[in-house]
Amino acid sequence: MSVDKQTVAKIASLARIRMDDDELERMVPELNNILAWVEQLGEVDCSGVEPMTAVIPNTLRLRADVVDADPLTGGGIRDKVLANAPAPEHGFFGVPKVIE
Amino acid sequence: MTDLTELGVAAIRDGVAKGDFTAREVAEAFNANVAAASALNAFIVTTPEKALEAAGAVDADRAAGKALGSMAGVPIGMKDLFATQGVQTTAASHILGGFVPPYESTVSSNLWAAGAGMLGKLNLDQFAMGSSNETSYFGNVISPWRSRDSNAELAPGGSSGGSSTAVSARLAPAATGTDTGGSIRQPAAFTGITGVKPTYGRCSRWGVVAFASSLDQAGPMARDIRDCAIMLGAMAGFDPKDSTSLDMPVPDWEAALNADLKGKKVGIPREYRMDGMDAEIEASWEQGKAWLRDAGAEIVDISLPHTKYALPAYYIIAPAEASSNLARYDGVRYGLRDLPEGAGLQDMYAATRAAGFGDEVKRRVLIGTYVLSAGFYDAYYTQAQKVRTLIARDFAEAFEQCDVILAPTTPSAAFPLGDKSDDPLSMYLNDVFAVPASLAGLPALSVPAGLTQSGLPLGLQIIGKAFDEQGVMNAGLAIEQRANFSAKPDRWWA
Amino acid sequence: MSDYRIQGETGEWEVVIGLEVHAQVTSHSKLFSGASTTFGAEPNAQVSLIDAAMPGMLPVPNAECIRQAVRTGMAIEAQINKFSRFDRKNYFYADLPQGYQISQLYHPIVGEGSLVIEADEKAGIPQPKTIGIERIHVEQDAGKLMHDQHPTMSYVDLNRCGVALMEIVSMPHMTSPAEAGAYVRKLRSILRYVGSCDGNMEEGSMRADVNVSVRKVGAAELGTRTETKNVNSVRFVMAVIEQEARRQVDLIEEGGTVVQETRLYDPDKNETRSMRSKEDAHDYRYFPDPDLLPLELDDAFLEECRASLPELPDAKRARYTGELGLTDYNAAQLTAEVETFARFETLLAATASQLDKSGADVATQVANWTLSVAPGVLKSLGDEAQMEFNTAAANAAILKLVDAGTVSGGQAKEIYEIVLRTGREPDEIAETEGLKQQSDTGAIEAEIDKVLEANPDKVAEYRGGKDKLFGFFVGQTMKAMQGKANPQVINELLKAKLG
Repeated sequence: MSVDKQTVAKIASLARIRMDDDELERMVPELNNILAWVEQLGEVDCSGVEPMTAVIPNTLRLRADVVDADPLTGGGIRDKVLANAPAPEHGFFGVPKVIE
Repeated sequence: MTDLTELGVAAIRDGVAKGDFTAREVAEAFNANVAAASALNAFIVTTPEKALEAAGAVDADRAAGKALGSMAGVPIGMKDLFATQGVQTTAASHILGGFVPPYESTVSSNLWAAGAGMLGKLNLDQFAMGSSNETSYFGNVISPWRSRDSNAELAPGGSSGGSSTAVSARLAPAATGTDTGGSIRQPAAFTGITGVKPTYGRCSRWGVVAFASSLDQAGPMARDIRDCAIMLGAMAGFDPKDSTSLDMPVPDWEAALNADLKGKKVGIPREYRMDGMDAEIEASWEQGKAWLRDAGAEIVDISLPHTKYALPAYYIIAPAEASSNLARYDGVRYGLRDLPEGAGLQDMYAATRAAGFGDEVKRRVLIGTYVLSAGFYDAYYTQAQKVRTLIARDFAEAFEQCDVILAPTTPSAAFPLGDKSDDPLSMYLNDVFAVPASLAGLPALSVPAGLTQSGLPLGLQIIGKAFDEQGVMNAGLAIEQRANFSAKPDRWWA
Repeated sequence: MSDYRIQGETGEWEVVIGLEVHAQVTSHSKLFSGASTTFGAEPNAQVSLIDAAMPGMLPVPNAECIRQAVRTGMAIEAQINKFSRFDRKNYFYADLPQGYQISQLYHPIVGEGSLVIEADEKAGIPQPKTIGIERIHVEQDAGKLMHDQHPTMSYVDLNRCGVALMEIVSMPHMTSPAEAGAYVRKLRSILRYVGSCDGNMEEGSMRADVNVSVRKVGAAELGTRTETKNVNSVRFVMAVIEQEARRQVDLIEEGGTVVQETRLYDPDKNETRSMRSKEDAHDYRYFPDPDLLPLELDDAFLEECRASLPELPDAKRARYTGELGLTDYNAAQLTAEVETFARFETLLAATASQLDKSGADVATQVANWTLSVAPGVLKSLGDEAQMEFNTAAANAAILKLVDAGTVSGGQAKEIYEIVLRTGREPDEIAETEGLKQQSDTGAIEAEIDKVLEANPDKVAEYRGGKDKLFGFFVGQTMKAMQGKANPQVINELLKAKLG
């Protein structure tokens, strides 16, 4: 499968990366080179093979339902959460107005 | 008095403990080297005051007769992928420009708790995507090494290029690295140092800016195996904040180091011998076999049949995960925001990410977005994860016949900066020997094996069974003792 | 198939409905972080570094949320998947800091199950109907956007972000607004019985995405469906279906085609409209979350989940009508809400114990008290009722007085009022306030004799066959006793004398 400029534009839009025409043009052969190369994976017979789920045998641990058990993973830290915000507004994150 | 910056982790730790010198003297010496090495561009931010502060605490503890940690008095460089509380953390990107984390990564916390101090935040490929440290928003890192034949600036390897440069140029006795598809081992090989990627899950990923979650693993980069063993011991450990963290004890790797390989089998994967392989790489590999045989090991031929497909599988899986992991950089809560006049929310995202990500990051995010998109998911992503299962199975079967695997770390010595930056594919191929172990989550290291005829370092790679960092480091130590690698770059930058 | 039809220009249409109900899992902390889930906190006060998607943050799942999802699955007799996985659903929106929602697409924790909605003739549901449930999966809630605080900005509050939701996906088995309404009510009841969701629709603990399509009556193919998001009451769910079905029929009959899209319901205008902001978000690029390993449930965990399940609505109802001998109506009323059956069962136990009778013996009396008498008194008292006095013991004591014939129904209400105002003991109230009926046969007999003497003609008529006059004699006697005689005693004595 190869991509054309229109497809790259669609992917870029899906990935929310603005790209002008020049950039799109430049990306097309680059992406196609990479895609053509990764497509050799199609040669591998994977019948009966499960996709990898855990690289090292390990199962999911669950944590106890305790609020703020660890300050690093708990809430109540509004100042820290907002400290790096480009547009903090009265305890909120400000973003351009959204019309739903 | 000895030049303290020639000392490694063990020597500094022991010297400080014995009182041969103070931790402060060590920190001052390295701070001075860091300050004099701006030409190498290894650091994004330097924090000499942090190094002094940690050293002061160690000296005070020693004076008070308190027990000292395993890294006490050792100043280190911190790859700028690890969140450091109160110190800018950027992943070498523009999009995280000015981001000051209100938290500290688990790995860096562990190191500070063991008595290490921070010299600064090390440059890297942007979001750890790259093999030459040419994708950093903060500029290329320049390798301290130069070929005998030319003065061309060389790549220090990537993505942990700041780390490899800092250690080999004696700006730090050790540094943290992260390895997603070779990002510790390849730069270690390029700069004549040792780097260990432990088993996936040994080091917590909490607080490490994510590239590809199922592959990312932190590890030490230092002058030798012993230093790496000490530092890995400090970095590793179960972390309940990371669901993929291994809940198992951290062995005392340093204490158990043993270069006697009697009774051990070393596998040589035939598929790693590729057409057109560089003669010097091949010679170094042969030399490695001879050294390990000399250390008592038996050399056996093994097969890893799906090796050829590791790199393409990696270049689907890693970008796919990255495309999602990097979605959080949107200009809303931290970092760069580019809000063109009259732009709506979605325009702001697109503008911010266009301005904030470099070309390689964009390329990988696009690839990742494409392979996950409707209609292509199974053909690309599912197939790649199946191939990954086969690659892991190859290793599991091989390890029924051997204890560790010996292979080259890289297909060549360091290349000049700019040599491959126009051709993403040829850049990717640099990690051909490193990626399979990453896909299988296995511990692996690179240890210096010698110099090419042009005087550039080459590394040898040891890959081991899951959780067997000890076996990997023991084999590495056997090579280290025989290679006697003592070359270091001329100090042309200061 | 219900007989709900939409009359169009070209004939009759039927509607096919599927519901995706998002139910907030009852838990103290969020699905993947330790931040609190309490409703109504200051903006961004209940946000962890994980919820704000700071670089390098990682999710660790909350055991309680998994447990509640499994218990809910068991309550709808669904298949519980011992192996499940979390997937990332990727899209960009300001209420979604990670740029993806952690959800379960490929391997949900709960597979197929079902629930039964009750027959309701008036609502056009002639008999009970089984509604299939396709799956339940666990996922993160999103944050909240506020649009009216600033002229050019929206404000983002991430307090809800990361709170655990169960998405309960029905099969397209409903064919009328009433069925959909009954389904949501029944589901809510089950969730509240299980304790996995508080069912509070006003606070957004339960919302439904309503999938609606229409087709000509008898057509085999399903029409194109629309999905109206975040509908937060049973009434609105029903209204959305009516509006959307009508809109689709009109659209098709005017020659248009229904577009598969996301819509929003505007309760003020009672209409749905297309949701432009989500238009391009349909390629979600789901893939297994690499930060989370597969979730494997062991038998001990499942066993604990099963053992901790309470008696569920259908079983309770059957027991009420069977074992306790209650009417279908009373059983339905009592089992509809957790609070109601809890009150009933507490009072039933207290009353049976005070009367030294079986539950079945007093169930009807307690049911009537719980459903009609007590609510009536409470309503008339309004704020004057002090609820701390409204104990099971006090209620049971009043029922005991009634059962013994000591007080009449009317007196019981008066006593209850005084209890609620003052907290005094019912026995003492009956005694001191003269709220007791006369059961002394001697006194009653004397009054009866006087009544009969004063009305010889009526006695003769009665004896001549005019049975209806019996009530007259009862009334006259009661009047003479100032309403305080036990009517049963009057009846018995009168019968004997007139006999």
